[in-house]
Amino acid sequence: MSILVNSETRVLVQGITGREAADFTRESIRYGTRVVAGVTPGKGGSVVHGVPVYDSVRAAMRDSPCTATVISVPAPFAHDAAEEALANGLRLVVVLTERIPRKDVVSILETAQTVGATVIGPNTLGVISPGQARVGMCGGAADSIRIAYTSGHVGVMSRSGGMMTEIASLLTHSGIGQSTCVSIGGDAVVGSTFLDLLPKFEADEETQALVLFCEPGGSMEERLAEHLVRHKTRLPIFAFVAGRFTDRNQGLRFGHAAVIVEGTSGSPRGKIGALTRAGVTVAEKLSQIPHLVKTGLANRS
Amino acid sequence: MRVLEFETKALLRSRGLSLPRGDVVISGPEALATARALGGPVVLKAQVPTGRRMKAGGVLFAATPEESSNLAESLLGRSINGFLVDRILVEERIAAEQEVFLAASYDRTNKRATLIASAAGGINVELAERVIRREFSTRYSPPDYLGREVAADLGLQGQGVNELGDVILDVARYFSNWDALLLELNPIVKDPKGHWWVADAHLELDDDAAFRQAELWRQVPRSTEWAQRRSKIERLAREIDDKDHRGVAGRMIAFDGDLGLLVGGGGASLTIMDSMLDAGLKPANYCEIGGNPSVWKVKELTKLVLGLPRVRKIAVIMNVVSNTRVDLVARGVIKGVLESGREPREVIAAFRIPGSWEAEGQAILRHYNVPSFGRETSIDQVVDAIRCQF
Repeated sequence: MSILVNSETRVLVQGITGREAADFTRESIRYGTRVVAGVTPGKGGSVVHGVPVYDSVRAAMRDSPCTATVISVPAPFAHDAAEEALANGLRLVVVLTERIPRKDVVSILETAQTVGATVIGPNTLGVISPGQARVGMCGGAADSIRIAYTSGHVGVMSRSGGMMTEIASLLTHSGIGQSTCVSIGGDAVVGSTFLDLLPKFEADEETQALVLFCEPGGSMEERLAEHLVRHKTRLPIFAFVAGRFTDRNQGLRFGHAAVIVEGTSGSPRGKIGALTRAGVTVAEKLSQIPHLVKTGLANRS
Repeated sequence: MRVLEFETKALLRSRGLSLPRGDVVISGPEALATARALGGPVVLKAQVPTGRRMKAGGVLFAATPEESSNLAESLLGRSINGFLVDRILVEERIAAEQEVFLAASYDRTNKRATLIASAAGGINVELAERVIRREFSTRYSPPDYLGREVAADLGLQGQGVNELGDVILDVARYFSNWDALLLELNPIVKDPKGHWWVADAHLELDDDAAFRQAELWRQVPRSTEWAQRRSKIERLAREIDDKDHRGVAGRMIAFDGDLGLLVGGGGASLTIMDSMLDAGLKPANYCEIGGNPSVWKVKELTKLVLGLPRVRKIAVIMNVVSNTRVDLVARGVIKGVLESGREPREVIAAFRIPGSWEAEGQAILRHYNVPSFGRETSIDQVVDAIRCQF
């Protein structure tokens, strides 16, 4: 069917009374998402686009139990909001907030690991299982989502939220639908990497292929490649690596620790090499993706 | 924010760590006086916010005060990795019996704060065979034994475990307390008496935590000043952004090409730049737009980009967007071109923003005979269309 979210997912929105959150809540509902509660401390008792607002996650969970939460609160409050969600039983936490201090992000992830929760983001546009639910704000208004995304069999994971919609739109335009699209978030440390999410896509029988949008920095692509070399996957994987131009004028690194921690990884050239050696089809141009996916799927069947 | 070495060292010294004696100088005579006061051989280190200063010639050694004066004169005003040297740290040299590398950072794969240590310090530490990694939690104050265990892992024994252990513990503690992204001491050196000194230190602070580290940031004023230095064009773009809260006019960077750009940020801008360079096009600038900018904001940015010295044409390209109104951007670009006294169909090489009010936007562009594209034309195809015009 999909991974992470579907038509049964009961969504909580933390920070629902914010302008942006209120807007994406309205559009998520129009798209068919079951947004059942919101939280803004101090605004309990109000209603946002038909969704009841509570002062705490605990109160929201008592009245309308939720299975996923979207966090859209200012950065200084994001750490507490995520801890509150995890402490009250939420096991899928989608953190839209940008510019959360790294220490807070790592702290959230420590708690999430302890309780066995999945965190998407921070600095993500969210998760969408086309035709079922949009958790977050990817794709914009309901009408725009319907133009760009269609349900189908290709999973998408993207390090850029905006480019996720671009890729979905390319696929849709070529008649290729998507099972679930995950904007994994633009921060250096994110809750769920490509490798973290791969098993979920592998376990989803609707998903028949994966498309990845990769960026410079970090070692998420290299770690995925290492895994793929050792473990066969049933899914053909197609990737686009953006930022090749950064290979030409390498930014100066700061200190040696990054090199030791990350190894020599991080450069687009290195990522393309690692992915290719691991059997991933790397597109030279973004516009080749639909054709590659079609050909790849046809060759398998 | 990258903190300059001398300010990092001042922070560490004020917390009780042992650092070589020294002073910051801005001239040859000052270097002479400082070297005389220190006595003995000194090291001169350019205070610029960049790593690999040693390999770039920014770290020099002087045996006498006169030599330090000459070296300071030669170093001041030079460019190290693109940064003008206007300050030099003159420090005593510590006789080293042993060098150790020590750093704290966040491991993006394990998603944990991590101590990294090596018994081979210095500039070639990246090649060291045995590197110790030790995760720790920044949720709590690190326990004393953490430092002792890492020191023991480095091969130390007895008193050395306690002494270096204290330094290691300090690194974990201040890395966490300061909301740092990196605190690297390399090398830490042991003098013949067995005392450990921090010979070099790198600190990078998390900009996103500045809101709760105001006191710390006030203690590093020179580093803050470097971080806020901007080119004129960056300042002008920022002024436009500040005058109107609608939409984002993100980073503006000037290059020396002839194609002006207004592009979507993040992954889209990476994709666009790749396509441009693959096609042999030469961007004159980089300028992100995002959100839902007003006509005024787009108009002013357009004028700014068109005003860059070598710009012949401009391109406006975004990914499939969720909340940008295409008609407003189209009107802004057209107005900006007209107010610059130029002809839209000659100056605008391509306009591609698939979003809301797209038909209205396309109608405006068609009226001025500007080549416009929708979502059916991918980013690289748009760039191909631009290449034909150069």
